[in-house]
Amino acid sequence: MTVTATAAPSGAAHSARVKLLTRLAPHLQALPLWLVMGVFLLIPIATIVMVSFWEDQEYTLAPGFILDNYRDVFGTFVTFSTYVSTLRYALIVWASTLAIGFTVAYVLAFHIRSTLWQMVLFQVCAVPFLTSNVIRMISWIPFLGRNGLLNSTLINLGITDHPLEFLLFSPFAVVLTFVHLYSLFMVVPIFNTMMRIDRSLIEAALDAGARPIEVMRHVIVPLSLPGIAIGTIFVVTLVMGDFVTVQMMSGGQSASVGLLIKNEISLLQYPEAAAHAVILLLTVLMMVWAILRVVDIRKEL
Amino acid sequence: MTIENGVTRRGLLKTAAAVGGVAVGSGAITGFPTIWAQNIKNVTLRQFGTGVSDVNAIAVKCKEDLGFTLQLTALDSDAVTQRAITQPKSYDIADIEYWICKKVFPRGVLQPMDTKKLKYFDKIVPLFINGKLTPDSVIAQGTAPHTVGFVEGQESTKFSKTPTEWFTMVPTIYNADTLGIRPDLVGRPITQWKDLADPAFKGKASILNIPSIGIMDAAMVCESLGVIKYADKGNMTKAEIDKTIAVLIDLKKQGQFRAFWKTFDESVNLMVSGEVIIQSMWSPAVAAVRSKGVPCVYQPLKEGYRSWGGGLGLAKHLSGIELEAAYEYINWYTSGWVGAYLNRQGYYSAVLETAKAHMEPYEWAFWMEGKPAEKDIMSPEGKLMEKAGAVRDGGSFYERMGHVACWNAVMDEDKYMIQKWNEFIAA
Repeated sequence: MTVTATAAPSGAAHSARVKLLTRLAPHLQALPLWLVMGVFLLIPIATIVMVSFWEDQEYTLAPGFILDNYRDVFGTFVTFSTYVSTLRYALIVWASTLAIGFTVAYVLAFHIRSTLWQMVLFQVCAVPFLTSNVIRMISWIPFLGRNGLLNSTLINLGITDHPLEFLLFSPFAVVLTFVHLYSLFMVVPIFNTMMRIDRSLIEAALDAGARPIEVMRHVIVPLSLPGIAIGTIFVVTLVMGDFVTVQMMSGGQSASVGLLIKNEISLLQYPEAAAHAVILLLTVLMMVWAILRVVDIRKEL
Repeated sequence: MTIENGVTRRGLLKTAAAVGGVAVGSGAITGFPTIWAQNIKNVTLRQFGTGVSDVNAIAVKCKEDLGFTLQLTALDSDAVTQRAITQPKSYDIADIEYWICKKVFPRGVLQPMDTKKLKYFDKIVPLFINGKLTPDSVIAQGTAPHTVGFVEGQESTKFSKTPTEWFTMVPTIYNADTLGIRPDLVGRPITQWKDLADPAFKGKASILNIPSIGIMDAAMVCESLGVIKYADKGNMTKAEIDKTIAVLIDLKKQGQFRAFWKTFDESVNLMVSGEVIIQSMWSPAVAAVRSKGVPCVYQPLKEGYRSWGGGLGLAKHLSGIELEAAYEYINWYTSGWVGAYLNRQGYYSAVLETAKAHMEPYEWAFWMEGKPAEKDIMSPEGKLMEKAGAVRDGGSFYERMGHVACWNAVMDEDKYMIQKWNEFIAA
């Protein structure tokens, strides 16, 4: 009796502890991720937001809460025209990579029948990405230059009698390089979603009398949307934040938001740079939010 | 308490230094190293700077000659300025340009040098003492080194207009910059800064995209075009900055520029590939283009050169044996070996007499006197720089440094200038 009497409460305490543990377990399991995200993402972003309100007193930062940095950012025409030019790059690059990415993924997913060949060709797409980003970028410079490979070929073939200057250090060169660098980021997610499309849906559509173009419009495109959305997020955020490509390929003659921030950092104007970074972050987050409103990517994850 | 302690310590050091002085004076210790010879080998001096003169060979030779270790850190000029001001304990010797010194010294992070302790002070080129290369030279615009070369007293951070006993920096390296051209492609003689804006070179010109220096080159062009007359190119008014940037934006919109460059190697590549045939350039970049077998001339121009100079400054925290080591290092630096090394790279050393002693007569004749090279001219690393018979672009030391129109500078309206420069890049 006494034994059970004493055992009962201790058993209750034990089960309460177990209950608490079961409730805590998922949080504990998530803790490492929270710590990593906190240290490497949340704290740095919070710091940037904080510094964007500080005062820049020639080489020293004075903690405070002033809006001057934001006033400077919005008070000049440079910000506006830089955002326009960056958004234009993002739009053109997005459209081009989408066209290329979708086509490549479509061919790989639906027209290459053997899995072996699918994988081989997919690897072929990925091989250039084993080298550095910067090297792939720089290699365009001697190719497109005034006395470069392309121009001398065109002249030798008699297609043009003078070198085409627009090929290098121009918006064209910037877009070309972006497309080259980022197409794979479109190919991979689209290919991934396309591979999951149930082939019987296509057969059903064909059996119901749909023409191939209608199969594309009503079956393949809607079912590939999550992949397109993920690719879009990759490409848009990469282009919006870039500074190296724009600087190198435009010969320093074209502006981008990332470049603006980099210039400010190199001139040690950290608060202004932070303000720019916060605005860029908000802009990109808004774009991502808009994409997620249109497409439910969770459906595919 | 602590202040009292500090004073006592300083008193002790003074006595120690005096004893050292007596010892040297009486000839008790002969040879180069002074009384500290035994302990000095344990000293490590940390020097940081812009990389032009942060040459590893100098650190190696320093260890060999003086016995102590020199740690070099090279950064770009913006980072140098920031570090000099915000982390004064992180270095012992600052290797900075004079316009940076103008920003840094008033912050009290450096200590002036006692000219009596500088062995070669009397032999320093007068350009750094009174601003005049020869007695009848005209003082150039911008941050002329002598204007920030002296402070009023040992504890002062106020620049003195006339030479005093307290030297802010020992000048080490300087040069005169101008436009680089591809003589084979420009097709006509280039004589003035305004040639950079000549429509004949549309799409084949470049300017450097480092605001504080680029604006000076732009000012040289504007003045040469006759569009703007500056009171002081090194310290423009807002209106002058506006006008200069407007001219640049116009040129950019007309497609005059092929590209802008930010780093040394970018300027070399633009020139070698023929993308650009006339541009702002630095002297070693011209040498690098030539070393690839591509003709390139560092063209002297009618309006003169844009010049720059750097020196070594002592960190405020240096004292005792480290301070003595720093003086020793500076005296060694100016004693000739380093000067000859820098002269052979195409720069100039501040104490010419000692450098001359470390150079072959034919080298001196080529680099300093503007005479045709008697033999092949080699760089300090042993690379061929010029073949026998070549003449240095711009001629002799006096022809080049005697035609300085403007020194690299920091403007009062610096922040405004940078904003406008960003507009030019974004335009």
